[in-house]
Order: sequence, then C-alpha cells, then structure tokens
Amino acid sequence: MNIINIFSIAARALLRNKLRAFLTMLGIIIGVASVITMVAIGQGSKQSIRDQLTTMGSNMITLRPSSNATVGGGARLGASSLQTLTVEDVRAIEAKAQYITNVSPAVSTSGQVINAALNWPTQMQGVSPGYLDIRQWKLQHGTNFTDEDVRTANKVCLIGQTIVESIFSNGEDPIGKYVRFKKIPFKVIGVLEEKGENAFGQDQDDIILAPYTTVQKRLMAITYVQTIYASAVDEQSSDLAVGSISDILRKQHKLKAGEADDFTVRTQAELISTISSTSELLTVLLTAIAGISLIVGGIGIMNIMYVSVTERTKEIGLRMSIGARGIDILLQFLVEAIFISITGGIIGVLLGIAAAKIVTAVFSWPTLISESSIILSFLVCAITGVFFGYYPARNASRLDPIEALRYE
Amino acid sequence: MANKILDIYELKREFTMGSETVRALKGVSFEVEQGEFVTIMGKSGSGKTTLLNILGCLDKPSEGKFLLDGVSIGDLSRNELARIRNQKIGFVFQSYNLLARTSALENVELPLLYNKAIGARERHERAVQSLEAVKLADRLGHLPNQLSGGQQQRVAIARALVNQPVMILADEATGNLDTRTSYEIMALMQELNKQGKTIVFVTHEPDIAAFSSRTITLKDGRVIKDVKNTNIASAAAALAALPAQDDY
Repeated sequence: MNIINIFSIAARALLRNKLRAFLTMLGIIIGVASVITMVAIGQGSKQSIRDQLTTMGSNMITLRPSSNATVGGGARLGASSLQTLTVEDVRAIEAKAQYITNVSPAVSTSGQVINAALNWPTQMQGVSPGYLDIRQWKLQHGTNFTDEDVRTANKVCLIGQTIVESIFSNGEDPIGKYVRFKKIPFKVIGVLEEKGENAFGQDQDDIILAPYTTVQKRLMAITYVQTIYASAVDEQSSDLAVGSISDILRKQHKLKAGEADDFTVRTQAELISTISSTSELLTVLLTAIAGISLIVGGIGIMNIMYVSVTERTKEIGLRMSIGARGIDILLQFLVEAIFISITGGIIGVLLGIAAAKIVTAVFSWPTLISESSIILSFLVCAITGVFFGYYPARNASRLDPIEALRYE
Repeated sequence: MANKILDIYELKREFTMGSETVRALKGVSFEVEQGEFVTIMGKSGSGKTTLLNILGCLDKPSEGKFLLDGVSIGDLSRNELARIRNQKIGFVFQSYNLLARTSALENVELPLLYNKAIGARERHERAVQSLEAVKLADRLGHLPNQLSGGQQQRVAIARALVNQPVMILADEATGNLDTRTSYEIMALMQELNKQGKTIVFVTHEPDIAAFSSRTITLKDGRVIKDVKNTNIASAAAALAALPAQDDY
C-alpha cells in the first residue's frame, strides 16, 4: 500500500461526498478565518495605539529634581522650588549619555502676552531647539530657533495656536510680529501645529516657546533649570537611557553610593505598557473566542468522521474483504480528516486575510495580519485533523470485516 | 495432476455465545482443484456462511487444516489475511457491494489500489480488461445507480477478476436477481470457468447448482453430500430456452 494510493483513495472518498466534506470544512474555515481576522484586529489596534503614542513622544524621558530636604515644620519641598538641576547637568547628559537622541532643559514662567490691544494669560517655556523633536511637535510655519539664539539669549519665540487665536486678529500673519511678555518684546519666528488637549484636558496649544537662556536670564533671573527633557532612541531603550542618565547625574551631583537620588526620572513606558497590556488583553480575548470556534470546528470533524465510520461500515467491510488492512483503513480516514482540515485551513487563511482587509476598508479599523497567527492557526488545523480524525479512524480500522459486511 | 486450490481437512469452527458454545462447523473435509466450478449448498444454519467466511479468509478455523493455494491460513495474522484476500480471492456478494457514486471503472480498480506492486497505468488497463471480460466495456464511466442489477453484479464480478485471483468466491451472487439475469450471470461464470477460473459458489438454489461441475451439500456443520456433476447444464442454453422477454 503506497502513500499515493492512500491519498487517491481518500480523495475519491471525499469527492463522493462533496457537500458533506464542504460542510465539515466550513467549521474549520470559520474557525481559522476568525482566528486570523480577530488577531489581525487585535494586533492592528495595538500597533495603532503604539504609533499614536510614539507621535505623542512615547520615548520621552522627564527629569525633575527631588529632595528629602525639609523646611521649618518638616514639610518637604516641591520640585519647583528645588534648584539642583543645572545647565551643566544638561551638557553632561548631552555629552555622555547613551541611547539618547535629544536633550533639552526647560524653565517656565507664566504671565500675560500682549500684542497691540489684545492680551492673554499664558506660559512661556524656555527650552533648547531639540525640544520640538523630543515632544514630536511640528511647526506649522516659520522656523525653529537655533543654538545661536540660545547662546545669545535672543528674544525670539514660537507660539501655539491658542496664542495665535487670542492675540492676533483673523488672517493676520504672526511671523515677524513682536509680542510682549512681561514687558519684554519677543519676535515671533514660528507657529506650532495645533495639538489640541492632552490626556488630562490641558490645552497644549496655549504655550510660547523661547530659548531657555532668554527665559532664565531676561525673565526669571535664575541659573538653574526646572526640568530636563530627553528622548530615548526608541521606546525599548527607554530603560537603558534612564540608567545612563541617572549614572551621569549622580556623578554630576557627587552623590555617594548609599545616598538617594536628588532627582526623579520618569519615562512614558508605564503609559505604553498600560495601554499595550489593554490591547494585549483584547488580542488574547479575541484569540480565545476564535480559538473556541476552531475547537468547535475540530469537534465538527470528529462528529462527521464518527458518523461517517458508522455510515460507511459496509464500505469498510468491502474494502477489507478485497484486501485493505486495518492500517489502510486507518490511514484513509486519517488522510480524509487531515485533508478536510488542511483544505479548510487554507481557505480559512485566505478568507481571514480578506475579512481583515474588508474590516480595514469598510470600518477603517486598523488590522495587522501577523505571520505567526497564520502559521499557528494552520498548525492547529493540522493537529485538529490528526487529533479529531484519529479516534474514529482507529475505530474504523478495528472493525471486523464479517460484521462490517453484514451491517445494514 | 491439477493444482489443489483448496485443501480442507477436519475443519471446525466454534463460537462462544455467552455461556453456550455454538459449533457451526463440526469437521468439514474436501479439496478443490484448479478449474473446478463448485457450488456449496445447504439450508440456513447448515454452516454454509461460516464456511464461506473461512474460505474467504475473513475468519479463521478453530481447528483443522485449511490450505489455500498451498498456504496454511490458520497461522496468518490479520494483515497477512488481508494480503491473501487481496491477491488470491475475488469476492462476489449477493448485494453487489459497489461503492455508491463511484464509476464502474473506479469500483473495479479498488482491489488494485490496495496492491502496491501495481501502478496507476496497469491498474487502469487491468480494470478496463476486466470490464471487457464481463461485457461492460461501454459502461466504464457509469455509476452503480445508472446500472441494472445484472450489470451491477457484472461490475462486481469484474472487480473480483481484476486482481487475477486463484479462486472466485461467490456468496448467493444470483440471490437478488430475476431468473433471466441469474442465468446471464451463471453463463458468465461458466465462461470464466472455461477460461480456467476456479469458482466456489455458495447458493441454496438447486437450479443454480446444476450449472456447476460439483456440488457439496452441508447440513448441521458437516458435509452430507459431495457429488461430481456429470451432466452440467449450460446456462447459455437455459437462457435461450427462456420465453422471450415481455415488452411492456
């Protein structure tokens, strides 16, 4: 009995019952297609959340001073009143830290911004030119300020959309205009793209950016910096970057081995992992639902194979009487089951991919078809075929030919 | 001296049904030589079916000797029995046992599918030859439900011939057919016998037995009569003697 014959016997047997074979396959088709579509939806939403996070600056690292120092009655001081971070710290991080693409100090002060007769209460943030990259902010028009502006503490600024709307009349181009902030005139050289509110409801467009030296010297008369922002090469290296920055800052601040940090480092990683785990859960849930339908499909195969063994008892008896061995019958039924599940699997994969594309096209949900889900569901299919096909096949192979021939 | 196809001596078969032991065959002995056309007769309960199962290598004797074409069947495993059935025996059943929704050609090819020595081309050629031998060369692609009872039985005979067995074993092969068709089948059997095929034909109809060269009669698990038929009736002649078929 060679393998080709087994296959042709099984193929002929299936072709004799096309409708039944197809209906059995349908369970597997739906199972596999739903696994692939569901996983694609889950993965797609995960990916799109990640993409959005990246544009929000998910690789951003924030450094703030912290201290256990207390005043008067034992109250600890807040970060804003601590003056331990300096421009030198920024330079050291810039020079030595690894896994970092941009570093920017930040100081901010609030006040009224005035243009002719209009004014608006807002915040001016003093930063370095790299800050825009760190926050993934873009200029709508105009230009960013330069290192030269920082060095000379030039009175130039970038303004957000809210500022444009508040102190400029309709259609007026703010570029090149002078606005006053705390009595000092600043030349507007760029307008930031609209960003809307952040997750906490703060208006991210209500802001003026200026070189940090300008804000430090001309507005606040300080030498320290309030916050340091940096961006890691990518999300995954955030932790490594944090370690590197911490080491440099501890050296800068001459902290001894046992002493606590006098600064805190925060990454967006927690945010990312929270959201990722949510969408991970979604993927797991969808996969579980789809997996259940695959098992139901498998049980469908088993059911049909069982019915088929009973229904085809006489056929089995005949095959045995003309020389089929038990193993031939076993293999025939097994190959039939595997053939059904593999063919169903292939159709299911194609259908699943098509369904995922349709979901994207019609509902504009993001989908991501992963090779692993295809391979996995395909393997599950083959295993389902063998697993659910084996038992009925074994029963068939153990029939007594005399009994089987008499069976009506 | 002619080849002994069947060599049976003191063959016994017992079944245990609960606490009772049923002795279906109580010591059967006979020999069949190549080229014989033997009918085995007997009432139901005579052990006819049990003997048939053993002759067909579907069952093994409890005791006694059974050589088929020189091979002792009692010592063989299930798989070896399957091989013997595949290569030495051609079965013809009362209810034809053709696979439904399967063409005549594929039905006839079936035994060869279980013989790995035969390739696809030879399988096809031999199946066509077998169908030609039963005069169904023009019905290769027909499905069983498109064929009459007699034609279906001829397909079954072709299937029995295709593996070139040493013996054709027929179980009430005319039991489901009318007289005319029965005679047609018997004429075919006689023709095959003339070509040298050994045929063992189990039946309970005496007029069918008249077409054979020898009749063994069983009763209560023993052979009570074993006679050579000196006056073999010709099935073809019997067919010709039947009144012309009614047209309606």
